[in-house]
Amino acid sequence: MAGRISRRGLITGGAATAAGALGSAAVIGALDTPSAVASGEPAGPVVEPFHGVHQAGVATAPQAHAVFVAFDLLPGTGREALGRLMPLLTDDARRLTQGRPALADTEPELATDPARLTVTFGFGPGLFAAAKVDSPVQALPAFETDKLRREWSGGDLLVQICADDALTVAHALRMIVKDARSFAKVRWTQRGFRRSAHLGVQGHTQRNLMGQLDGTVNPTDLDRAVWIDQGADWLRGGTTLVLRRIRMELETWDAADRVAREFTIGRRLDTGAPLTGRAERDEPNFERVNRLGFPVISEYAHIRRARTADPAARILRRPYNYDEGLSKDGTSDSGLLFASYQADVERQFVPVQRRLAEGDLLNEWVTPIGSAVFAIPPGCTPEGWIGDGLLA
Amino acid sequence: MYIRPVCLLAAAVVALSGCGSTAGTAKTTDTVTQSRSTVAAEARPPAGAAAGLSITDPWVKTAEKGMTAAFGTLVNNTDAEVTIVAGASPLSPMIELHEVVDSDGKMIMRPKEGGFVIPPRGTHELRPGGDHIMLMGVAEEVKPGARIPFTLTVKDGQPFEFTAVGKDFAGGKEDYQPGMGHK
Repeated sequence: MAGRISRRGLITGGAATAAGALGSAAVIGALDTPSAVASGEPAGPVVEPFHGVHQAGVATAPQAHAVFVAFDLLPGTGREALGRLMPLLTDDARRLTQGRPALADTEPELATDPARLTVTFGFGPGLFAAAKVDSPVQALPAFETDKLRREWSGGDLLVQICADDALTVAHALRMIVKDARSFAKVRWTQRGFRRSAHLGVQGHTQRNLMGQLDGTVNPTDLDRAVWIDQGADWLRGGTTLVLRRIRMELETWDAADRVAREFTIGRRLDTGAPLTGRAERDEPNFERVNRLGFPVISEYAHIRRARTADPAARILRRPYNYDEGLSKDGTSDSGLLFASYQADVERQFVPVQRRLAEGDLLNEWVTPIGSAVFAIPPGCTPEGWIGDGLLA
Repeated sequence: MYIRPVCLLAAAVVALSGCGSTAGTAKTTDTVTQSRSTVAAEARPPAGAAAGLSITDPWVKTAEKGMTAAFGTLVNNTDAEVTIVAGASPLSPMIELHEVVDSDGKMIMRPKEGGFVIPPRGTHELRPGGDHIMLMGVAEEVKPGARIPFTLTVKDGQPFEFTAVGKDFAGGKEDYQPGMGHK
């Protein structure tokens, strides 16, 4: 496979080329479908499309490695400067995701295998303030369980970089940061990982560092649950991202036995099946009671508290694990980068978080220590750039 | 006055419709090539310019003032040799076509005699550490993402116009002194 584009990549590229001749509208249509990689497909130089109605990196089958970097705009960075910054960053993204060096790339050899690289941009409340327009997103309300730290929270501009190869991610981050720093300072960087692509687990629910299957219930109709189709024209086809940094207390989790762990979540650890079912995808039966008359799935089990009955209101979870090292006594700094995409933060995300904060057995072992909210603009055409509908 | 008012840059930014790295009329093609080693973005000359010449990925190193340089890959789409003999931009009153050569073990830059020669159906790369368009006496900041117009004088041909994008770049330090390295 080395040195060759996969069949999928060639087909996608061919479609883009053919559609390009028909005009940008055709391009949007042609590239609308993310190239979700089927389970078991070998890793290789596979290219994710960059242009389209939506930005890549949301509906895209999650890659193995991610870095989320948030910037604070410098005082002088207003609308005019943003209109220079975003074309530069978009250009970097459109080249690197397609396996081409960035403009003036000092390490062009690092760009040759994109490894399903996606680069996704988000605008925080501070960017809208700098551009002097009303922000469609605000910081989340405070929740009782929050122990938020500034070093993991907020941010004016988000760049989410994901690929199946860590070196590809590092190079893309480097090129993006070099173009951003005349306009902004880095506020935080959060790195995460999932199972490697070569394990062939794409399409399967990931496990987090507590050993749980994480992300079983996701919306299936993204047009209803994720993509924005009302309000300001420039944001249609976009979405919102809530990124929560959830610290896990693995030391005390170690002390919980398997029964307690499964009771906490409401699912089996091995199969991910609800305690009332046999397979991961079985619908939980929240009504069933045991011989003592207590619910099999506790009133405070994580899956009951997190449940959103209306599929159209479900959030799209695309989580990454983080594991930042050990203290001298061997205590880990581990957790989850909980990336949640939804059309409407207030309507979809906040109610779930509120129920979890009010009573979730899992709260004993997990603590939100970072929180940031961004509007994810729609995708762009080959002639455009991310945010052009707002900033051009 | 060699520098146009500030509004020239501002107007260029407002008029921006393409991506940051291609000229005003450029269209980025996203064809994934088998080799995957070449950039696909290409700046095509505006109507009325020398149709046989184009430039891929034109950019200018950002600078507050003084000296800087422009780069890109000149593409000759004709069956005849094309020679660039001079360059001009509202950014600079003094533009030279430079080369970087090894002079007794030291890399120096100097005006390239005879200009840039692009072979028939060939390319000529302008890059940091190699041939480049040298701008001196720049009085106005070249900001990242700014769009800077250039006009190249083509020997026995129509002038070639393109727009280069300002890009932060650590290399390509231009410490050229007029007269240095001249014969």
